[in-house]
Amino acid sequence: MSIDKTSASPEDHVVENPDAAPQAVTAVDPRLLVREQGFKGYITEFKRKIKAGDLGAIPVVIGLAIIWIIFQSLNSNFLTAGNLSDISVAMVGTGMIAVGIVFVLLLGEIDLSVGSVSGVAGAAFAVLTVTHGMSAWLAFVLAILTGTVAGAIHGFVFAKIGVPAFAVTLAGLLFWNGFMLQILGDSGTINLDSEGLVAKLTSYYFTDVAAAYGLALAVTVLYFLSSFFGNRRREAAGVPSRPLSETILRTVLLAILSFVVAAVYNQYKGLPLAVVIFIAVLLITDFVLRRTRYGRMIFALGGSVEASRRAGINVEMVRISVFAISGTFAAIGGLFIASKIASANQGAGAGDLLMNAIAAAVIGGTSLFGGRGRTWNALLGVLVIVSIQYGLALEGIASPVQYMITGGVLLATVVIDAITRKTQKTAGRA
Amino acid sequence: MVHVSATPVLALRGVSKRFGAVQALTDVELEVHAGEVVALVGDNGAGKSTLVKTIAGVHPIDEGVIEWEGKSVTINRPHDAQNLGIATVYQDLALADNIDVVGNLYLGREVRRYGILDEVEMERRSRELLTTLSIRIPSVRIPIASLSGGQRQTVAIARSMLGEPKLVILDEPTAALGVEQTAQVLDLVERLRERGLAVILISHNMADVKAVADKVAVLRLGRNNGVFEVKTTSQEEIISAITGATDNAVTRRAARSTGEIKK
Repeated sequence: MSIDKTSASPEDHVVENPDAAPQAVTAVDPRLLVREQGFKGYITEFKRKIKAGDLGAIPVVIGLAIIWIIFQSLNSNFLTAGNLSDISVAMVGTGMIAVGIVFVLLLGEIDLSVGSVSGVAGAAFAVLTVTHGMSAWLAFVLAILTGTVAGAIHGFVFAKIGVPAFAVTLAGLLFWNGFMLQILGDSGTINLDSEGLVAKLTSYYFTDVAAAYGLALAVTVLYFLSSFFGNRRREAAGVPSRPLSETILRTVLLAILSFVVAAVYNQYKGLPLAVVIFIAVLLITDFVLRRTRYGRMIFALGGSVEASRRAGINVEMVRISVFAISGTFAAIGGLFIASKIASANQGAGAGDLLMNAIAAAVIGGTSLFGGRGRTWNALLGVLVIVSIQYGLALEGIASPVQYMITGGVLLATVVIDAITRKTQKTAGRA
Repeated sequence: MVHVSATPVLALRGVSKRFGAVQALTDVELEVHAGEVVALVGDNGAGKSTLVKTIAGVHPIDEGVIEWEGKSVTINRPHDAQNLGIATVYQDLALADNIDVVGNLYLGREVRRYGILDEVEMERRSRELLTTLSIRIPSVRIPIASLSGGQRQTVAIARSMLGEPKLVILDEPTAALGVEQTAQVLDLVERLRERGLAVILISHNMADVKAVADKVAVLRLGRNNGVFEVKTTSQEEIISAITGATDNAVTRRAARSTGEIKK
């Protein structure tokens, strides 16, 4: 537990005398630990957070490291540039669906239909382009809109009629799966043009070495500038700001990470288009959730529906729109999955896809109870799940074992989540 | 000490409200002036909450007139009440636990800059507001879940102040609070009065009522049962008005006999 100190200059601490100015009581409880300005304050703050159970993404990152070390020790091909690159491209489909799931989980609801809806999108694109000869771009947009409409319908039934989201989307799961089989018709499988728009989604690589490094550089510079000028503004307004040293440390860590990733991609085929799109989606959705009024509404609804309603938030509209977003991302994910196999078939959207998407969101750290989480969680979670899939596939272990291991990882995450929440409660932070 | 203006900020004239077969309010009169704290008391089911909800626009009134600064107004929706300058802090505080203090204060009326949430400005203004109200909380950036009951209550009241209301309605603000926290909330109520706001305070706690209220309006079974000046009224008188101890077989007989003598 810590607090930020109002005063910007260190002199203020020295001359602070509570008796001198009774009118100027700061909004600070004297019993609370004060966060010191400067880098030292950052370190103590960090230690305090860990003790209070505010672990953030640390358990997932450690978990991912352990998984990678284990698979690497079993098979030295695991941590090669080629395999890592393939993992990151394969994860985008499920990851996109998981981004939508994060939105729904933030409301404290669940969407069980995303698997089926993703299948519909793939099938719709295939039917429209291959069977009806529609232009790829138009079919692409229409396929995504199918997901939006499907999600909006679920949202409408949930928000306006008051049927639990669980039941609505369970019905959706069955309905959209049937819908997909219906539009695919007797043939069952439609192969996509391997040079077409959707196929390119996962098969296109920016082969120029400069692309990956350029993106890494751009991300680093953008992060530094936004955080530097953000802090300048905070300082000017007299509210607590991060010390420059912290900003630099964060920027350096981000730079190392992004350049290592870029180097790995450049060792293989280059920067995958799918990953660029996924990162862009994560950046945009994260921005929407944390920096816009709409995002704030979603968090508020996840915290307290009554509070949101009294604050004048249109609860029904937010709910419908969130389910529409979930459906949209399910459709986008479905197109990426169809792209990976370059076809739409009857099995699309079935099996473990739904569970993997939900597990990815939860493993990444999104709370099942609403109001806590970020879309970046989807990235970490899906990385864990796809790493396990690929690692086991390298070992030639069949899917029954894969399911059991993924289930075990999910259980472990939820257990860690429950334990940290307890710790946070005793530390007064949850 | 209290400067009471001639025109009340809010006046209810003969307000009635029915729910099906239940007559919740009958011909209720109430006046609140700027810079005045009016305590609304009454037993469970006396109609306090219903009365407050009619003012806040949750339940539109069936009969009677609501006057705002001397003019007759209709309040049909919570939005109408807010637009007039009525802020209501309900007993269940309606704060989102997962959002920090700044976020809760500005929920539904976020400050934006180029369409993006202006966190810096909101944080600066939140600190200013909390400082002027002398509200002490650990940090404006911790989630509401980390605050104590009293701190949450003060945040909820501070939140109601953001719309710059003229009338603040507090529904049982000190219920379930400790001694120290109750004192903090009562201090805050006094600060609202000093700022020239009209305050309607619903409370079961006579000590609180005596401590901060200027007037006490008693409701009994959905009707007015007297308005008392707090300074000149004993606690027993108020309590007997609440429980209806003055309205029993003995008093009725006395009233009858005096009436007969007058004849």
